[in-house]
Amino acid sequence: MEKGDECCFSIMTMPNLVIILIAIFIISIVRILVVIHQSRKPLHSLPPKSVSTLIVLGSGGHTAEMINLIRVLQRERFTPRVYVAASTDNMSLQKAQVLEASMLDQAGSDKLKETAQFMQIYRSREVGQSYLTSIGTTLIALAHALLLMIKIRPQVILCNGPGTCFPLCVIAFLFKVIGIRWSSIFYVESTARVNRLSLSGLLLYKLHIADLIFVQWPHLQKEYPRTLYVGCLM
Amino acid sequence: MGGGRVENDDNGVKSKKTVFVTVGTTCFDALVKAVDTLEVKEELSRKGYTHLIIQMGRGSYIPKKSTEEEGVLAVDYFTFSSSIADHLKSASLVISHAGSGSIFETLKLGKPLIVVVNEDLMDNHQCELAEELAERKHLFYGRPQTLNQTIQSMDLETLIPYTPGNAMPVAKIINRFLGFPDD
Repeated sequence: MEKGDECCFSIMTMPNLVIILIAIFIISIVRILVVIHQSRKPLHSLPPKSVSTLIVLGSGGHTAEMINLIRVLQRERFTPRVYVAASTDNMSLQKAQVLEASMLDQAGSDKLKETAQFMQIYRSREVGQSYLTSIGTTLIALAHALLLMIKIRPQVILCNGPGTCFPLCVIAFLFKVIGIRWSSIFYVESTARVNRLSLSGLLLYKLHIADLIFVQWPHLQKEYPRTLYVGCLM
Repeated sequence: MGGGRVENDDNGVKSKKTVFVTVGTTCFDALVKAVDTLEVKEELSRKGYTHLIIQMGRGSYIPKKSTEEEGVLAVDYFTFSSSIADHLKSASLVISHAGSGSIFETLKLGKPLIVVVNEDLMDNHQCELAEELAERKHLFYGRPQTLNQTIQSMDLETLIPYTPGNAMPVAKIINRFLGFPDD
């Protein structure tokens, strides 16, 4: 008797489980499509006074371009600002600190800590690192990125090419899907990219993760029609 | 942008014309070796340059130092410096690796620039930028092996000054997208 019951139980529950799984799967897909669709459209509701902004810095040229962009953004709108750079890159955060300090001098106040924060993140892969060891370091980098994103939960993400930005953008996208936080993800392809998108740019483009992707050369826009051509930043 | 002739100041003394070579934070021995060859140094002297300063970065090839003599280029080098900007400002010609930072810093100063591409790099997307800017006549573009020909054939008068770009269009689109009013 007992055996028969077990048998009936599993036969009865199996289809239910499958149906539940399929339902969850379909709901997730629909939700992802809705998020992608919503992400492409400008935000409708009245904007808040300010948006918390995450700025992902890369090395050398990338940072210089990003700083050019931050300089022209209205700082009272894009506040507070959190700058993130790879833990192996000391120069970029220093440059951001110099920039923030100079903006404070203009404003004549001394509230640096309230408007800007500077954080470091583990890099998933160093230049030249083997693919095998990359798996381990990528997992650590992902966990660290998740921790940072839970802490920051930005409304706007600005990034322009370093590999560090990809995991952060993926997590931000997942937050949108789950409903933790809606963030607008803006990606500016580096001026060094004339003919092809970088790997980060390509992934964000193909996976529809970025809301807007800007490119600096007209040819690149023709190649990737969903991008926006904005001319040279440098 | 000055021509390739030796310019004399009022006292008739040959003015100092410096060539600044920079490899940024990279290791680019092929370029340092190329500028250290007799052919390139002679070509630079012929064009009227008097000093050669090499920023050699992480490279291991050490160029030969020499002091100024009649008709011979004075050569000096260093690995890194926090005053790259000053070196760029005082240079009459810049020979650089293809990093976008060095390229735009030099172009914004209005200095004649030769970009030399590092063919040893695996993912060599950076030559895209140099090629594009060379096509637009903002700089000259070459390889380490043919640097002396590039110097020989370059005509600084053909260069078109670079107009610095601007991030306003991006800022505007982002503001509009988020629903912020235009100023």
